[in-house]
Amino acid sequence: MRTFLLRRLLQSLVVLFGVSFVVFAILFLTGDPALVLLPPDASAEDVRRFREAMGFNDPFLVQYGRFLKGALRGDFGQSVRHGEPAFDLVLERMPATFELAGAALLLALCLAIPAGIVSAVRRNSVLDYVATVVALFGQSLPTFWLGIMLILFFSVQFQWLPSSGRGTWLHLVLPAITLGLFTTARITRLTRSGMLEVLSQDYIRTARAKGVNDPPVVWKHALKNAAIPIVTIVGIELGTLLGGSVITETIFAWPGVGRLSVQAIANRDYPVVQAAVFLLATTFVLVNLLVDVVYTYLDPRIRLR
Amino acid sequence: MSSVIALPETSRPARREWLEFLRRLAARRTALFGLLVVVIVVLTALAAPLLSPFDPVEQDLGDLRLKPPGFRDTAGRLHPLGTDHLGRDLLARVIYGARPALLVGFAAVAISGLIGMATGLIAGYFGGRLDDVLMRLADIQLAFPFILLAIAVIGVLGPSLQTIIIVIGVSSWVVYARIVRGAVLTLREREFVQAALALGGGDGRVLVRHILPNAFTPWLVVATLDMARVIVIESALSFLGLGVQPPTPTWGGMLADGRVYISTAWWLATFPGLAILITVLGINLFGDGLRDTLDPRLKV
Repeated sequence: MRTFLLRRLLQSLVVLFGVSFVVFAILFLTGDPALVLLPPDASAEDVRRFREAMGFNDPFLVQYGRFLKGALRGDFGQSVRHGEPAFDLVLERMPATFELAGAALLLALCLAIPAGIVSAVRRNSVLDYVATVVALFGQSLPTFWLGIMLILFFSVQFQWLPSSGRGTWLHLVLPAITLGLFTTARITRLTRSGMLEVLSQDYIRTARAKGVNDPPVVWKHALKNAAIPIVTIVGIELGTLLGGSVITETIFAWPGVGRLSVQAIANRDYPVVQAAVFLLATTFVLVNLLVDVVYTYLDPRIRLR
Repeated sequence: MSSVIALPETSRPARREWLEFLRRLAARRTALFGLLVVVIVVLTALAAPLLSPFDPVEQDLGDLRLKPPGFRDTAGRLHPLGTDHLGRDLLARVIYGARPALLVGFAAVAISGLIGMATGLIAGYFGGRLDDVLMRLADIQLAFPFILLAIAVIGVLGPSLQTIIIVIGVSSWVVYARIVRGAVLTLREREFVQAALALGGGDGRVLVRHILPNAFTPWLVVATLDMARVIVIESALSFLGLGVQPPTPTWGGMLADGRVYISTAWWLATFPGLAILITVLGINLFGDGLRDTLDPRLKV
């Protein structure tokens, strides 16, 4: 158990190391950062002195070492646009993004797991049919289109819900549905197939043969075993949600990290982009580490490895 | 005692297996429906100039702007889906929009599929240190918020058809690699592979002749379902203004225009979105059917 977790912790560190490398390399490969950071009318002499001062003339690895040292202390440099430390800017927006991703995930779990269980237990019923079709559509709807259509109906047509900004829980409804629908569809399908597989196992048949009624069979035996793939997918889906927040936040003018980074990219504000990508990736890695810890609890076989 | 045992012809069973597969696939009506939808979209993209009633980029800034579906202009020509803010026929644009979507879809899937197949084969077959390194690379790739990475790279390189295809293609290989690696891990222990190795078959030959064909089916399922994802991503990038640039009509770009006029011209955002939905739904239906026919236990 301990060696397993220790190994996973080490792997996560390696991954984060790799992430930092790629984040740095993207900026490095994009050409001369001095030209990006300086105003366009800077003289050649200014550019040369700036390059020297910022250390842009040093070898790649030296520059990367400096970047890594800064990143470990949360120092990604100053935002070109806002003149504040890039890390602080991103950190400020994190709660909004977590709020949105969390609401979307909660919505997905609350809808998907019951729907998936009912689908599997009442296989080929009308409910199963409806859930399957809804899940299929949910997986095929492009996020941004769904967002626009929701605004069209609920904000423009009926004026029930606000179409942009953050504030009351009413502001959260449309973005959370937009962001969460794809994940809902994924988890519904996975819960259904997982439950179907578990329900056909010998130990379920044994429990039934011994006279255990249906609901306890489902809850005590089947769900706990079907939960293993569901927990895994939740970890991966969180990546989808954090990534998807970029588009959802743009549509609903949600003041989170996603919108900040899209604006930063448009403004060529690379320190902010680097900090945002690094922080989002770190979150993803940490959540998946947590998922693995939960995993060892759900599936003791893993601890033996 | 002389007896010659006639060896059975070897090509026949293989072909019969294919026929059997097609027969089973055809028995799934939803899969067939999905295939039909995909074929129609592909044909539409190919025959766009023949099908389209208007030029998709021809503007009319006069009295043809933002007309609703079913509008007839002064020349008596029907605009079935209406016109956009520059007086361009929406149906023509929706039809032409299928082109960049499918082009990016096929090309990006081909790139990521090849990279993923090669990585998965190598990681699964050789194992050990190499496998560890490749799988950590996959973890790193997976840790990135994809859209953000794509936006950052495209923002720097400048948006173009090639950039989009390469960015999506190069960063989508992980699913393929994982599924192929999983298949190779079990295949490697199978008798026919062991036999081929015992008979002196080199690694390259065993990989290509014996393992690759058997790892192909899960790969194909992943490729089909990933195509749907790629098309959505292409539209998302176009929506953000980072896709194929105007005046080329893209579904995502049309949606971005439609968003601006959402309160006055609902059709602008509705129809391109429906086009994406139908295409992606068709691919997903076909992919699901393919998976259920080939290997229902496959987790993709």
